Amino acid sequence: MTSSIQVVDLHKAFGRTTALAGLDLEVETGQIHGFLGPNGSGKSTTIRVLLGLMRADSGTLSLLGGDPWRDAETLHRRLSYVPGDVALWPNLSGGEVIDLLGKLRGGLDEKRRADMLERFDLDPTKKGRTYSKGNRQKVALVAALSSDVELLILDEPTSGLDPLMEAVFRDAVREFRDGGGTVLLSSHILDEVESLCDRVSIIREGRNVETGTLAQLRHLARTTVHAGLERRVTEADLAGLAGVADLVVTDTDLRCTVETARLGALLERLGEYGISTLTSAPPTLEELFLEQYRTPEVAGPR
Amino acid sequence: MTGLSGTIPLLRLAARRDRVLIPVSAVALVFVVAGSAQATVALYPDRAAALAPLRTLLANPALQAVYGPIASESLDSLATFKTILIGAVFLCLLAYVVVRRHTRTEEEEGRLELLGAGAIGRRAPLAAAVLLGTVAVLATALLTAVGAIAVGLDRTGSVALGVAWVVMGLTWVGVTAVAAQLTETARGTAGFALGALALAYLMRALGDVAADDSPLRLLTWLSPLGWGEKVAPYGANRFWLLAVGLLAYAALLVLAFVLQGRRDLGAGILPSRVGPARGDLSSSLGLMVRLARGTLVGWFVAFVVLGAVVGSLAGNVQSFVDSPETADLLRKMGGGAGSIVDTFFATEIHVAAVAAAALGISLVTRMRTEETGGRAETVLATGVPRRRWAGEHVVVGMAATAGLMVCLGVVAGVMDAGRTGDAAASIGRLTGAGLSTLPAVWVCIGVATVLFGLAPRFTGVAWAVLIAFFALGEFGDLLGLPAVVSGLSPFAHLPALPGGEMAVGTAVVLVAVAVGCVALGLAGLRQRDLPAG
Ligand SMILES: Nc1ncnc2c1ncn2[C@@H]1O[C@H](COP(=O)(O)OP(=O)(O)O)[C@@H](O)[C@H]1O
Ligand SMILES: [Mg+2]
Repeated sequence: MTSSIQVVDLHKAFGRTTALAGLDLEVETGQIHGFLGPNGSGKSTTIRVLLGLMRADSGTLSLLGGDPWRDAETLHRRLSYVPGDVALWPNLSGGEVIDLLGKLRGGLDEKRRADMLERFDLDPTKKGRTYSKGNRQKVALVAALSSDVELLILDEPTSGLDPLMEAVFRDAVREFRDGGGTVLLSSHILDEVESLCDRVSIIREGRNVETGTLAQLRHLARTTVHAGLERRVTEADLAGLAGVADLVVTDTDLRCTVETARLGALLERLGEYGISTLTSAPPTLEELFLEQYRTPEVAGPR
Repeated sequence: MTGLSGTIPLLRLAARRDRVLIPVSAVALVFVVAGSAQATVALYPDRAAALAPLRTLLANPALQAVYGPIASESLDSLATFKTILIGAVFLCLLAYVVVRRHTRTEEEEGRLELLGAGAIGRRAPLAAAVLLGTVAVLATALLTAVGAIAVGLDRTGSVALGVAWVVMGLTWVGVTAVAAQLTETARGTAGFALGALALAYLMRALGDVAADDSPLRLLTWLSPLGWGEKVAPYGANRFWLLAVGLLAYAALLVLAFVLQGRRDLGAGILPSRVGPARGDLSSSLGLMVRLARGTLVGWFVAFVVLGAVVGSLAGNVQSFVDSPETADLLRKMGGGAGSIVDTFFATEIHVAAVAAAALGISLVTRMRTEETGGRAETVLATGVPRRRWAGEHVVVGMAATAGLMVCLGVVAGVMDAGRTGDAAASIGRLTGAGLSTLPAVWVCIGVATVLFGLAPRFTGVAWAVLIAFFALGEFGDLLGLPAVVSGLSPFAHLPALPGGEMAVGTAVVLVAVAVGCVALGLAGLRQRDLPAG
């Protein structure tokens, strides 16, 4: 498996603000990679460095096999970028902008352009200043998705879209991936990342906290367990078990959370007391995310 | 009137944002008026010495077209002749900048939407902007009157000077408030407000130079700048015109608030049109020219009109006594060697060159607006290299300014052909004179490029630099500044063409400075973050 994007130990400061403090990111070719983090965690900065718009203070970067700062122009022809806050020219129509950006990227697929306009239900004759935020994003998305490129870099592209358009967006991105394209999708909409992404990187304060497939990440997180038992159990009975927390026991009713990797050990022990009912909920991405941010300090020295 | 809640906090916020702009502009205007008045008084210690040049000034339509008529045969009038009208135009510009900044610009960028959702009345932003503009105008006028009295000018006349500025400045507060309601863009507001200012200036110029019995003289009375001029400080001192100014101010404000009540937030009164579904733009250069199209057309129209006015006035100038005193005075007032007509052309062309430089700077500083507006990022994340994108802005700026000066020279030459009888020679002389100013114009473009490349946050300083260049050229001698200081302005090194000698060496040095600045700016841009914070 080759990587379209490889970032190792990226640092970037703006004056006294540290935006990135040793960020790693690897996006495999042909995958949709979710890039998740709260506001101000450094997603946009990472993307701008990847686009050669900003210069890294230190770190190694490779984008489509090239150096994003040095080879910016040639690399840019092979990718489409949708910024988080799409700004359009007030007196150019949406259609003009789509055509211009397509030509500047080196080609537009006419059929896809027409198809995307229809699916996103976008009126291309309106002037830039009359579009709402969601419609400005649609203009940029149509331009990006109908250009002939191998990589999409999307910075929170759906924050202004309604649920219907969000679904259109997800389908279009999946189709792009299925056609062999690679996608870096920065987002803070967990549901979107959960439904779209093959792999996810979670960042916080300019550094990674987790990277992996959703399954791998789930494995690291806690599962909620609610069990009804046949015999009484006390908290002391379960004291020896590693990875169990939030334990609440009343007679035969038990609630707790457990590290997903240790779920088996817990169930085995509970089996000794006879399990009559059991519900276990795997962590949603939201819980995963919140868990990462609940503790003030991330693992590892600062 | 309801919908005004929150005006005071908004006013405080706006005043905070303009805490440098307004005081610096006010002090600069006071300094120029009082300083040049003092220097003139020192130049002509007694009234008799002043009278001879005054008579000729009174009769010179070319100077009247630029600076307005002189109010009386007094030393005080001579001392303020150049600054009353031109200073008022700058005051109008200040009023326009302040009002536009806190109304349409805010609205276009969506910040008013944010405020509008809070406990802020619908009318509060416009009210706050108008109040701030009004305070800026009143304070500047008051300080200027005080400054004029302080350097020993007539008290009543100085108060009348303040009144004249209030009349003109407040009218532009009102004009801008209305203009901000008409279109959806800050650029559209600029078009209406500045267009009205240019029109007012031209109307009074035509009225001032018309024959005494011509109905054209009424034009001055139709122009708000004409009302200010007719206050005639140090002459008739017509204080009653303040009532006309205040009436216009009140009427315009009522209109602005009525228009505002009839439109939605973010929209304009004039409908916005739809555009084509397909586009034919295919390059960053095409995009840049397309975005600047309206501005460019406006400037070229203005320069054609200017060329026509300047060219046709030359006949009047020549019929005017060619006395040595006049020539001497004209030279002191700016301009160079040669015949009176040549001096007149040289003066006008140099003023036009400063205006052309303003276009050049606006074309280059667009890059910063594109950058902070987030649109540069969109273009530069495609296959467009930064160097090319920036280079195109600079080259279009240089080409457009060259085009303006050629346009001015050709039109003025055609109009002047009636006087000289040799069209080709007239056009050639005046076009050459226009082109000879380009090195200085391009230095201004270079300054803007350097700022954008190396200190993007201070790109706007290019405007301050241009104003400083202009002030040094116009008032440097009058203020008695040493040559080294006046020489900081590239415009000070321009040859007095037509009529004078072309200084090739100086031109080469200026062009080299311009090119060096551009190269430095582009190199800086290549190294820096985009957008820079
Ligand atoms: N141009 C800039 N100048 C100064 N600080 C910046 C700039 N861009 C981003 N930052 C700062 O860097 C940090 C990361 O921001 P950003 O990358 O925009 O985060 P995200 O996209 O994840 O919300 C924030 O603290 C932000 O304030
Ligand atoms: Mg962001």
